[in-house]
Amino acid sequence: MQNTVLTMQNIYKSFPGVRALHNVDFTLREGEIHALMGENGAGKSTLIKVLTGVYAKDAGEIYMKGTGKPVHIKSPQEAQRLGISTVYQEITLCPNLTVAENLFIGRTDDLFVDWKKYNSRAERILGGLKIPTKPTKQLSNCSIAVQQMVAIARAVDMDCKVLILDEPTSSLDEQEVAKLFTLMRELKGRGVGIIFVTHFLDQVYEVCDKITVLRNGELVGEYQIKDLPRVELVAKMMGKELGDLAEIHNEAQPSIMNSKEAIIEAEELTSTSGIKPFNFASHKGEVTGFAGLLGSGRSECVRAIYGADKVLKGKLRIKGENVNITTPIKAMKKGIGYLSEDRKRDGIIGDLSVRENIILALQVMRGFFRPFTKTQAQAFADEYISLLGIKTASADTPISSLSGGNQQKVILARWLLTHPDYLILDEPTRGIDIGTKVEIQKLVLKLASEGMSITFISSEIEEMLRTCSRLIVMRDLHVVGELKGDDMTQDKIMYTIAGGSNSK
Amino acid sequence: MNYRKHNLSFWSKLKRGESLTDSVFLLTITVSLFIAIYALSIIFLGDKGFSKIQMFFNLFNENAALIVIACGLSIVMITGSIDISVGGSTALICTACIVCLNNYNFNFVTTLILALGIGLVFGAVQGFLIAYLEMQPFIVTLAGMFLGRGLVALVEVNQIQVDNAGFEMLSGARILIPFLGDINKKGVFIQSKLEYGVIVAIIIVCLMFWILRKTNLGRSFYAVGGNSHSALLLGINVKRTRFHAHLLCGLLAGIGGFLYLFHTRSGSVQQATGLEMDAIAASIIGGTLLTGGVGNIFGTLFGVLTSGIVLLVVTAIGSQDPWWPQITRAAMLCFFIVLQSVICSRKKK
Repeated sequence: MQNTVLTMQNIYKSFPGVRALHNVDFTLREGEIHALMGENGAGKSTLIKVLTGVYAKDAGEIYMKGTGKPVHIKSPQEAQRLGISTVYQEITLCPNLTVAENLFIGRTDDLFVDWKKYNSRAERILGGLKIPTKPTKQLSNCSIAVQQMVAIARAVDMDCKVLILDEPTSSLDEQEVAKLFTLMRELKGRGVGIIFVTHFLDQVYEVCDKITVLRNGELVGEYQIKDLPRVELVAKMMGKELGDLAEIHNEAQPSIMNSKEAIIEAEELTSTSGIKPFNFASHKGEVTGFAGLLGSGRSECVRAIYGADKVLKGKLRIKGENVNITTPIKAMKKGIGYLSEDRKRDGIIGDLSVRENIILALQVMRGFFRPFTKTQAQAFADEYISLLGIKTASADTPISSLSGGNQQKVILARWLLTHPDYLILDEPTRGIDIGTKVEIQKLVLKLASEGMSITFISSEIEEMLRTCSRLIVMRDLHVVGELKGDDMTQDKIMYTIAGGSNSK
Repeated sequence: MNYRKHNLSFWSKLKRGESLTDSVFLLTITVSLFIAIYALSIIFLGDKGFSKIQMFFNLFNENAALIVIACGLSIVMITGSIDISVGGSTALICTACIVCLNNYNFNFVTTLILALGIGLVFGAVQGFLIAYLEMQPFIVTLAGMFLGRGLVALVEVNQIQVDNAGFEMLSGARILIPFLGDINKKGVFIQSKLEYGVIVAIIIVCLMFWILRKTNLGRSFYAVGGNSHSALLLGINVKRTRFHAHLLCGLLAGIGGFLYLFHTRSGSVQQATGLEMDAIAASIIGGTLLTGGVGNIFGTLFGVLTSGIVLLVVTAIGSQDPWWPQITRAAMLCFFIVLQSVICSRKKK
């Protein structure tokens, strides 16, 4: 039996209005690679932050090996002293310094730097972990994978017992990931306990020993990797049981006559975000959806179509005509609308009024030197406020004072006002109340029946099943399947996400 | 010694085809540029005085104060900050010191202490506001610049000269360089002269190079300038490091201001106008990145010398018009900024 190095028991953490962690247990043993899995909002990052001292826990106990009584971790520095080191997704090293300096800087109170000692020690550490770089090399001249490994080497050299890798592979290519895994196995052999957070299922099954799944801030369970087939993992993350669910069908599906007129056709499209080339078509009056776990590339696909990420390769046709969309404004002028995933960051302009937020997209298309008169703008705003039932004191109210659901409706109104042929809705229902969710779904179906082509993306699978007539399924930045008609069931989606080969 | 070692590793790296660190790469360009311009001016403008050895020493004599002040600016720029108050504090130091020398019987030592004190106060206050209260460095030091100029006028509105025999004697003293010199028109050998301020400037350059290269404080400057968020996570006290950078810059502005006084022996409200910009330009030409994290003190030294020689060349070519030196300097700055952005974009790939 391996020794337990870290135990977290009955951890509770709340933020105003949100229960982030509710009675969560987590156990890590020496020489174990332990995957921490969960969808958005499951509480993974909160748990990590509690462990590293970024957040203070509300209740619960943390035990480290060698300390009989519970430890209280108040800051990242204190976590490091206890032997808990974290390597983040983005490299937290200094690019302008050498590899050796990045290993040692900030760790002593010495007045002077002994370069010879630094370099020779660094040489030993890098050699010991088989990291292919030289101590005197400037960090920015190393590949991202090597930089990531240097960060890990620093953590290891600080005598860490628990190493947290928070999505370290998201910016690495396959070979680099392989190198990183070699390093992780090396550390495992030395008895370091590793917590590995990732969205890539393949990687979990390649390198991990155990999986802990969280959902909605609660512990779903801890499993040996061999006891948990992929499809069950997907089901556990999504919170669905296999097989015993009442099938929810697309209510509107029969009523929609799928015309053959393609509005959007993408061929081998790929962008700087790293998605693999994909084919996609959306027809007049059709609601399509991209399904997949967080980080599977759902948003990246539509962002490539809209020109929000730089397209590297591939063709895009709009109504049969080849187009080259390099910026969102070009997409808008071609009749594409995109309601972005992050409403607060990419959507609303908080200090502007509801009216100004509504006419923004249309104004951009028209050009800022030909502003609408106030009467025109007011007419537009009034029309959509009543059409969508936006609850606001007046069109002059700043949008930031509206509720999340109403803000989302304003953004929706902004795009409807441009009368797009093709509308992309990326997570339009996130963080809004049930009533508004249903309204938005109904509206999507209504717009489609009027001939608009729509792509609808949601983390909630039922929503997708209710609204979409065709689903593109994605895993690890690949399109892995397409489901329509009777194939559109939760089980089928999960099996497709998990990957046919590994599902039993 | 350090410098030679640096250069050696540069050549060996070049042979092995390894990538150089950005600092060293930019330094190499500046040094080569200086040598090229100087060589060309000796060849083509030798009759205008460029072949004289004294010309080389004058380059230092005229720029000693600027070298020290530019060192301070390089340090704050490496840390990712900026200080544009140094011109104002220099003018304040000159006028305040002259008033004290002339009217209050200050001697050399007390004047030096006053100069350093003014510089340190500027550095400490600005550093505190920038580091601990997280104010914008540009705005804080802009205020410092206005304050400096304002205080000059408060102390003395008119232009004044040093009237203190002891100080004048010291400041008039020159080092005669043995065996080096030029033969004048009458065939008389005149030994080359060097001002004492230059010795101070060279010592400061070496000292700052050593601090940046060999002390943890110096390396923290680079780390904070490179990525202050990472530096924090790596365990560096970012605020204290920023404060120290500004304090050091203030101290160097104090020394530089004193050297300025030592050289000019006069003070006025309009004195050293644009000195801060000259220092920033010299730092940039010397390979310091305005974005922070990259820079080399020897580069700064050569940055000062390069802009100095370019100004001399432009004047010697016969253009008495005041705009040509400015336009030349603009062109040089453009060249170096383009070069730096190329390096930055290469780094992103």
